[in-house]
Amino acid sequence: MISTVPSLITRSSIHHRAAPALPAALLVALLAGCGQGGGGLGPPHVRGGDIDTGKRLITQYQCTTCHVIPKVPGPNGESGPSLEHVGRLSYIAGGIPNQADNMVAWLRDPPALKPGTRMPSMGLSEQEARHMAAYLYTLR
Amino acid sequence: MRVQEGVADTPLPPLQSVLHHGGGDAAVIGELAWGMTAAGTLIFIAVMVLLALSLRGHVRPLSPKLWIAGAGVAFPVVVLSILLGWSTWRSAELRPQGSNDALAISVTGKMWWWEVRYRDPASGREIAAANEIHIPVGKNVYLGLNAADVIHSLWIPALAGKRDMIPGRVTGLTLRADKPGIYRGQCAEYCGIQHARMALHVVAHPQAEYDAWLASQAQPALQPADPALQRGRAAFLDQRCQTCHTIRGMTEGQPGQQSLGPDLTHVGSRAQIAAGTLRTHQGTLAGWIADPHAAKPGVYMPASPDIDGASLRALAAYLESLK
Repeated sequence: MISTVPSLITRSSIHHRAAPALPAALLVALLAGCGQGGGGLGPPHVRGGDIDTGKRLITQYQCTTCHVIPKVPGPNGESGPSLEHVGRLSYIAGGIPNQADNMVAWLRDPPALKPGTRMPSMGLSEQEARHMAAYLYTLR
Repeated sequence: MRVQEGVADTPLPPLQSVLHHGGGDAAVIGELAWGMTAAGTLIFIAVMVLLALSLRGHVRPLSPKLWIAGAGVAFPVVVLSILLGWSTWRSAELRPQGSNDALAISVTGKMWWWEVRYRDPASGREIAAANEIHIPVGKNVYLGLNAADVIHSLWIPALAGKRDMIPGRVTGLTLRADKPGIYRGQCAEYCGIQHARMALHVVAHPQAEYDAWLASQAQPALQPADPALQRGRAAFLDQRCQTCHTIRGMTEGQPGQQSLGPDLTHVGSRAQIAAGTLRTHQGTLAGWIADPHAAKPGVYMPASPDIDGASLRALAAYLESLK
């Protein structure tokens, strides 16, 4: 069964209208599996992070003093990198894998992850950082 | 939100409004504005009704003499006299402008921030601060106004009217806050590229709280015990910040010397930096030091693109710690 999957994909992707029901179901299951896996296509999910609260916090902390952040009002400074596509990056801070837990840790204490960074630690709580990360992952 | 000391943990008030007054003078000015607007609106509506009637043509015409004598002379004389009498009577209730029996505070308008100087009652020395005017509630306060460069104008709509600040001349404004609170003010005379980001806050405290606040502001900045903050203090000197900024206890300026930038002795106690542009915390302080022109293009403070990350963070943390 498993060995036939690749050929089913090829067949169904070319002749998907004619594909029988079972291979189509398998294909759906396979693609869904891809989405859940680590290096998937969808944005990382931040447990307990609320996108709107995150946006409000980013506005309140005025992160735009140094970063360009879409839909957040402020100076849109360029001392730090633009965050327009931060949710699509493979790495943050020039070398840390862009995963939800890393992002939260970075927001809370940047010098702990990268000693020479100019970004200060602003005393965010774990929860605040989760909300902010949730918003940042909408920027793709 | 993170807990900070001073006014920083109080949410800032919304933009200033002439419709929400916090003191006697602003109440009188508000009442006059509403009264005059109401009278003008009623007269406008009456004229429009007469115009509509005249266009319909079914009404019996009045003699021109009656129109001129009645609507042209008698009506304006009566209405304007009433309004004049009322506004004269109400204006007389405005606070007398003068420094007698008032707490004197000096405010100097600069491009584009406000220098505020208090007299320390204990030592008699002047205490320089910036962008926040702290006053006791229920007491007349006389603001001696001056400008260092171009004409500015101080306007705190919730408390009083506007008063121009003119280089080389001292003007004054007496105001009083009847209830504690934070009142936003704004430069009201176009003064250059960052005129729009030249705001300030008036913080009205109960008398005892004001006295305590003034006593704490009179203190010089202490040598920090934390090594990280000590590093920030060293970075302040390394970066030659003292060329334009004073931190009392570390970089005492000459007495009477005009400082180019705000006194930073207690910058961490102020709710905002850059005259109402950014909230005060390590992040905004670091961003401001790295590139002030992002938030406030044209400001005189130069950017520090070459400062290393550790020094920048330490400096921002040190400034935030100056409560």
